[in-house]
Amino acid sequence: MEFWYQICSILPVEMLQWNFMRNALLAVILMAPLFGLISTMLVTGRMSFFSDALGHSAFTGIAIGCICGIGMPTVVAVIFAVVFALLFSFVRSRSNQAADTLIGVFSSTAVALGIFVATLGGNSFTKYNRYLIGDILSVTPSEIVWLILTLIAVLIFWVFCGNRLTLASVHPALASSRGLRPGLSQTLFTTVIAVTVTLAISWVGLLILNSLLVLPGAAARNISRNLKQYHGFSVLFALIAGILGLVISYYLGTSAGAAISLLLGILFAVSFCCRKGR
Amino acid sequence: MNIGTHGGACGHACCLRIQDLSVKIGAQTIITGINLHVHCGEMVALIGPNGAGKSTLLKSILGQQTYDGVISFSVPGERNRKAKIGYVPQSPTFDPGDPVTVADLFACCMSKRPAFLGQSPAMRQKIRECLGRVYSEGLIDKRVGTLSGGELQRVLLALALEPLPNILILDEPLSGVDVEGMENLMDMLDEIRKTYDLSILMTTHDFSMLSRYADQVVLLDHKQVCQGTPIEVLGSEEFRRVFHRKGGYL
Repeated sequence: MEFWYQICSILPVEMLQWNFMRNALLAVILMAPLFGLISTMLVTGRMSFFSDALGHSAFTGIAIGCICGIGMPTVVAVIFAVVFALLFSFVRSRSNQAADTLIGVFSSTAVALGIFVATLGGNSFTKYNRYLIGDILSVTPSEIVWLILTLIAVLIFWVFCGNRLTLASVHPALASSRGLRPGLSQTLFTTVIAVTVTLAISWVGLLILNSLLVLPGAAARNISRNLKQYHGFSVLFALIAGILGLVISYYLGTSAGAAISLLLGILFAVSFCCRKGR
Repeated sequence: MNIGTHGGACGHACCLRIQDLSVKIGAQTIITGINLHVHCGEMVALIGPNGAGKSTLLKSILGQQTYDGVISFSVPGERNRKAKIGYVPQSPTFDPGDPVTVADLFACCMSKRPAFLGQSPAMRQKIRECLGRVYSEGLIDKRVGTLSGGELQRVLLALALEPLPNILILDEPLSGVDVEGMENLMDMLDEIRKTYDLSILMTTHDFSMLSRYADQVVLLDHKQVCQGTPIEVLGSEEFRRVFHRKGGYL
């Protein structure tokens, strides 16, 4: 972290005189490739609502972690989100209900359980408000280490499983006919989303978390001609929105997560207008 | 059950042999009593009404469906040889919005290098060679979702031919293809089976091409109703009964 702080101190930018802003800037730079890569697969695999439901389950996990008096509610939330994701995949593979119906069932049940647990015994819900809005300025150096480890894990996963996951997303029957069994890759991808969502929920907030997971890929899809451009634009958009959003929130005193999401929305609108060129 | 080595003699250089195959899903019998030999270089067409079990039979051969009976593949002089199967799925549709080019699709299937990093010059050359087998090198940078029905069939055929299979299976390859495209595709399949001496097994609802191209036609309606040359099957009483045609097809 000291090395990063030294780089920041050289830059002639007022907001970087504060350590919490330096931490936040490093966090958004690390989150850009993380969210950018995941976003491409979420959009291609039509899993936007699934990631939203995972965010709700992560909140429930945090509530359970807090109520049980466990020191690290994030760990409980990660475990709960992974179990939630795997249970959803299991039920989906054995049910004749549409995926969006099942997502609605799981998502609403998870939220209900979270609120029930959080308010058990007449407890106030107020202390959970920070998970709804999020605050990236609160990110700590130890959380950044977790972010780096998650990013490394995602990059390794993308290198080894990206091809079969892409093929299974664009044409499941074709993937199956070539002997590619995407089951394990899809389970790992679900786990990756669950871990990322849970880590980011306290920085970005449950209400706008899904915009970071969906918008970079959706905007990139508007103007990309191939997979290389798709991934490149998605990461680039997440990076631009992350850094600019942080700067705007500093000078206007707004929520950084909201500023980042708004900028991604604007990038989607601009790319939508340029989409005929591809 | 998967396709394995077959020890029995068939009298041909190589042979896909299906013996007493049946498939049950729950309490329902989808197909039963299927017996079929497909030899190298031979084109066999499976015909039958919708729901007759044609796709189920193909899935059984592909190992995607559990079944009772024996499916085996034999090559004289080669023991423990597993059949390589190329497969072109039914009604292959891709989302027109997906930013996936033909080169990306091939790279996802053939390359260990992540497709999102792009293709190396050697891989692009290999993809061009694969597309060249179906005279479609020009499609390499087109997005798969924007291809016409005929173009997509050719691309998927090129993909199914890499690595070169022993058996090429096509599920309704002529659906969604115009008349001129059908003739081109059938000419191409005919050339491929002669050039590479591979077996072709295809399902179809279009009988107009059968007499010109197919060696054998198998009429399915949950069981093997009849089998023979196109002239024998299309002119048979069984064909008339299954398809309610007066005077058969011929």
